[in-house]
Amino acid sequence: MNAPRRNERRIVRDIAHARAGDKGNTSNVNVWAYEPKDFELLKRTLTPERIKQAFPHLIRGQVTRYELPHLCGLNFVLQDALEGGVNASLNLDSHGKSWSYLFLGLALEGEDGP
Amino acid sequence: MSTFRIGTGAGFSSDRLEPAVDLVERGKLDAIVFECLGERTVAFGHRDRMADPQRGYNSLLERRMRALLPACRAAGTTMITNMGAANPRAAAERTLSIARELGLQGLKVACIEGDDVSALVPKNQPFMDEPGTLADIDMPVVGMNAYLGADAITPALAAGADVIIGGRLADPSMFLAPLAHRFGWDATDKARMGAGTLVGHLLECGMQVTGGYFADPGVKDVANLAQCGYPIAEVQADGSAVITKLADTGGCVTPATVKEQLLYEVHDPARYLTPDVTADFSRVQIAAAGDNRVKVSNAGGTTRPATLKVTVGFDGGFQGEAGVSYAGPAAQERGQLAADIVRERMSRVHGNRADLRVDLIGVSSLFATAGVRAAEAQDVRLHVALRSRAKEDAELMLWEVESLLCCGPAGGGGYRGVIVPCVMTKSVLIERERVKPTLQVMVA
Repeated sequence: MNAPRRNERRIVRDIAHARAGDKGNTSNVNVWAYEPKDFELLKRTLTPERIKQAFPHLIRGQVTRYELPHLCGLNFVLQDALEGGVNASLNLDSHGKSWSYLFLGLALEGEDGP
Repeated sequence: MSTFRIGTGAGFSSDRLEPAVDLVERGKLDAIVFECLGERTVAFGHRDRMADPQRGYNSLLERRMRALLPACRAAGTTMITNMGAANPRAAAERTLSIARELGLQGLKVACIEGDDVSALVPKNQPFMDEPGTLADIDMPVVGMNAYLGADAITPALAAGADVIIGGRLADPSMFLAPLAHRFGWDATDKARMGAGTLVGHLLECGMQVTGGYFADPGVKDVANLAQCGYPIAEVQADGSAVITKLADTGGCVTPATVKEQLLYEVHDPARYLTPDVTADFSRVQIAAAGDNRVKVSNAGGTTRPATLKVTVGFDGGFQGEAGVSYAGPAAQERGQLAADIVRERMSRVHGNRADLRVDLIGVSSLFATAGVRAAEAQDVRLHVALRSRAKEDAELMLWEVESLLCCGPAGGGGYRGVIVPCVMTKSVLIERERVKPTLQVMVA
């Protein structure tokens, strides 16, 4: 893994990896801590409330989080988050495959403040 | 009982061919699956079949069969695929004629039909996962296909088929069926159905479990991705399996690649619905078991759903896309000015009412709605997209974007424009008893 960048806040990508998939107008993003020691920080960082607040125009519906603690994984189900889905969205990425990197770009908890 | 070796030769309709041939030639496989259907792929297949009754199957079927039928016969590997898409009968007949051309006398080609349920679904059938019914959609229906499970495929295996071709065969069911057939798993054995479904789920997207769709330089490096190998599962009678790939191929199989695929397109990990079982992936164990070898175990399952999912495809008209690029100082401002001009002219001059979207690639396109923007981009592309039932609307938009070359901001170049047909899909449910899969076996 990369060392934390100097003078930059640490982001989710520094401790975890992720993949996004779609079904209709619902997106799911699974996120996995590389190291078990970072799983609690990942859980504190990626709360459903924070994710919904971070992208209010994109994620219009409910955010549900499932946990797989034995694999240090989280799975997020984002309702009404694909601009109508692949059938309706005119987004270049109408499947929302790139949404995984929206999550990985979020600042880790404690890195936002002064 | 011995290990069953099953591999993937395609994880989507346009997947690579030559690594599939390599896998069959060197993989000592019992079976190989070509998973080539998405919801929209079937709908596009229906459009193709309407234009030509002999088409409607995967456009790479001929190339794949020519390359793989001889290799599969030489290796004794059974091929299972949903490349039949909207026309499994035509796909099977085409495969049979290719087998004869290649001199593969006696090759048994099975055709599974019965997934087309357009005669069985009422016009006002409610949607599966949203308010409303099919009657609310003001577009022509092109086809309706129910997801068939392993129980539609096992009769073809029992008949000794070498190649099994269907339409909307559910992705994991194509892997589960040969496992259940070999090991004698009963359809009511939920733990085994869940275990076989896990193997299918991990393999159905091909290289997405062997290092494809994984590389992120610096944090997730993958060796030799250009020569990535398709996956192999070595499955035991208890349903546990080792996920691996051929030696000397690119890519990697690690707990991390397996984890990302474990929950790909999964919602509740304890309740993954398929035609065969409600699979439980929530307690799955994933453990490294050697170089590019990962053991998976402990999948479970509960009762299968009483209904099957049906994809309903509609003719969605046309989508136009067009763009012009700007580079250098103030590229972003000039791109934004071009965007404003297109919006104003489409609205005020043309009274456009079709869905229109304008993005600046390099500044904010994929993440535009999420509100994420890049700063100080110096290489920016205006991208305009429009969807309409009327092709003329799309043609008009392309004309407007092209006119920016002389009438828009300074320094624009690189106009391209394209119009493609669209489909739209919705999901409904059907009671499984009403769906009657059929089997025909043809001999070359």
